[in-house]
Amino acid sequence: MARYLLRRLAFLLVSLALASVVLFVLLRMLPGDPANALTSVGAGPEQIAAARHSIGSDRPLPEQFTHWIGQLATGDLGTSFVSSLPVGPEVSSRLDVTVPLTLAAFVLAVLIAVPAGFVAAYKRRTWYGALLSGVSQLGIAVPVFWLGMILIAVFSLNAGWLPAGGFPQEGWAAPTEAVRSLALPVVTIALVMGASLTRYVRSATLDVLNSDYLRTARALGSSFGRAMWRHGLRNASVPVISILGIELASTLLGAVVVESVFALPGLGSMLATGIAQHDYPVIQGVLFVSTLAVLLIGFAADLVQRIVDPRLRNRLSGGPR
Amino acid sequence: MKRRTSPADRANRPNRSYTLIAGCVLAGLIALLALVSLVWLPYAADDTSGGRLTGPAADHLLGTDKLGRDLFTQAMTGSRIAVEAGLGSVLVAAAIGVTLGVLSAFAQGWLDDTLSAFLDILIAFPTLLLAMLIVAARSATLGSAVLAIGLAQSAVVARLVRILVKRVLAQDYITAARTSGTSWPRIVAGHVLPNIWPTLVVNLALQFGLAVLAEAGLSYLGLGAPPPNASWGRMLQEAQATFTTAPAGALAPGILLVLLVIGVNLVADGLRDTLDPATRRRRA
Amino acid sequence: MTLLDIRGLTVRTADGRTLVDDLSLTLGPGERLGVIGESGSGKSLTTLAVLGLLPEGMTATGSVELAGTQIVGATEKRLTTVRGRDAAIVFQEPLTALDPLMRVGRQLAEPLRGKRRLTGGALKRAVAEALEQVRLPEPDRIARAFPHEISGGQRQRVALAMALACEPKLLIADEPTTALDVSVQAEMLALIDTLVREREMAVLFVSHDLAVVAKVTDRALVMKDGRAVEEGTVERLVRAPREEYTKALVTSARRLESALDLRSAP
Repeated sequence: MARYLLRRLAFLLVSLALASVVLFVLLRMLPGDPANALTSVGAGPEQIAAARHSIGSDRPLPEQFTHWIGQLATGDLGTSFVSSLPVGPEVSSRLDVTVPLTLAAFVLAVLIAVPAGFVAAYKRRTWYGALLSGVSQLGIAVPVFWLGMILIAVFSLNAGWLPAGGFPQEGWAAPTEAVRSLALPVVTIALVMGASLTRYVRSATLDVLNSDYLRTARALGSSFGRAMWRHGLRNASVPVISILGIELASTLLGAVVVESVFALPGLGSMLATGIAQHDYPVIQGVLFVSTLAVLLIGFAADLVQRIVDPRLRNRLSGGPR
Repeated sequence: MKRRTSPADRANRPNRSYTLIAGCVLAGLIALLALVSLVWLPYAADDTSGGRLTGPAADHLLGTDKLGRDLFTQAMTGSRIAVEAGLGSVLVAAAIGVTLGVLSAFAQGWLDDTLSAFLDILIAFPTLLLAMLIVAARSATLGSAVLAIGLAQSAVVARLVRILVKRVLAQDYITAARTSGTSWPRIVAGHVLPNIWPTLVVNLALQFGLAVLAEAGLSYLGLGAPPPNASWGRMLQEAQATFTTAPAGALAPGILLVLLVIGVNLVADGLRDTLDPATRRRRA
Repeated sequence: MTLLDIRGLTVRTADGRTLVDDLSLTLGPGERLGVIGESGSGKSLTTLAVLGLLPEGMTATGSVELAGTQIVGATEKRLTTVRGRDAAIVFQEPLTALDPLMRVGRQLAEPLRGKRRLTGGALKRAVAEALEQVRLPEPDRIARAFPHEISGGQRQRVALAMALACEPKLLIADEPTTALDVSVQAEMLALIDTLVREREMAVLFVSHDLAVVAKVTDRALVMKDGRAVEEGTVERLVRAPREEYTKALVTSARRLESALDLRSAP
């Protein structure tokens, strides 16, 4: 296990390093000069040069890269070209919106998908079992932002129950308002993620229902319920856990789009502004943090899966499957 | 991926050729709309003579947008962009994915390890973020979006191909072919590709649907095809503010999008059951 | 008194195909019966019908009486008490028949706890004993292992131990040696023979292989396409088969046997 942990950590670090190189190189290919954003229209060449010097974009690329990595190593995400404010605190204040949004949506999606997927498999010959499968098929074809628009139209513009968007200025200091603003976005993401998770839970449950070990347990006198509890739950959870990691990561990314639908001041809108203003440190900071989160989630999912499934423990290879 | 089905389960499954037909009809309708838009459109893209936000009527089937442009015309153009985005992304994903996948399946030792680790990293790297980066770096056009989505998907395709090819290469008849001196390219063309293409085609059909959704998301964020090209994602973004006053503009593109994606998903499901050797036995 | 009394058993799929057709057989306490047939002859479905464990979508009609309980149409609750106590089964494929995520000892403990109400130290001892009875070396190590960590033969012994742990009146063995190496097959058959004799259990032994059935049972039933073709002592079936199908079966078994004899001849 220790050896596996080491390998897996090494893999994590290599992935992170590779991702930061890709990030850095792609960003420098952005058309346009960040210095333009800093100077007024019609600024002279000296002013532009001064602006470039002040943000360090006149130095050679390798130097800029090592500078950035050096900063990262000390936990510093750099300073915005545009606002001259440090990126780190800005990212962490945005995370106050994005993290609760993602986690709540994820938990809700799991709460929907596990019973729905089980019923869709166990009762697949009944009309409601078939209906659940059908709805989950529909759910994976619906774009998350469109569902958000419809929910806004129904629950906020027509019924007036919940705000159509925005987040209270005071943040979580106004808890009721904050929860109300996140309610619709959370439901939006949870429905779409829940639909795709339901399909995985359904297929994992079908595998268990058709399994020989379940038949053995029942043939030797276990009731169906007891056999499902002792053998089914664990076995069905193995494929679902590996999907959960991927789903949590894509929930985080779905949040980027949904934040834009609901005008939430989260990581997504920060990224969008950063891209529009060619604000490298902001883009780098946001993307680095999200990539790190995605990789950590994958790491955690791998670890849990390995604990649940003894067949994986003897395997030495490190990467996620 | 392949599930063993009990005889009972197989006997009771609905006839999947209906799935294939339903999928073909749905996807075919959208494709037809896209084809017609190439030669004929009800109005010019910049024709603003219709009056603003008129709502559905005989001369404007879906009404007009806030600038007075015909929404049905936009929806037709949107279907063309959606089909282009789907096909383009899948082509990019297939070209890169199959090449990388076959190469890494044949690779041995450290090269194999490195390649598969590289694929794992690519897959772990958030698809949408990658797409946003590429679009940002190359400016927002349909081509950028297609390239970005296709690149992100190629990693998934490559890993699938790698697994499939490795499975074929482990078969006895490959060993037989190798010992009898058949060259590698011949083995790939003669044994490997014919064996993997059914699974591959099914996966590419699913990727098509995902690509259409991804392109809509990017256009919604303003990172897709620039105006005056009306992508469904952009139409939805523009109609969001006037959802209650002109619901047709905010509903129609979404419904078309869902129909297209469900259509290709059904086609994928139907193909899986008619092409996949593991389930083909059932029909014998 | 009969232990198992099957009369007119018919198994149909949901779309109406008949897989077992009007099958009848009886088995007294301590008796042994072999069921021989090719795959698809309905012999495995018959064993599942005895336990009320037919795959979803299949229905049984007719009568299956096991130790006085009518199985056809019985409630799940009733079946749960019968399974294991009156009849237990060993399946063909030992790898998939065991839960891959559970240690062998805990799986073996499950029927012991359920049928014999054992707990704690007594349960632990019973697990070790059960593993020793099926001649497994190092029972402690095996109990701690996961199914994928032991050999196919060892897995099948564990499956046999689980079935015997319930102390059933009838042991059903569905091709228990087919998935095993030829070298292990004979051992496994001898083991079943001994353990069943010690416990005076009845045996329903299913196989496609006449030679294998002959090693465990004296009486056999030949099945083809869901019907019983012929029944009699194994000796009689081999010496004077009445039906064409049985003749063909015997000839092919002989041919194989003589080929093997030629090869092993000095």
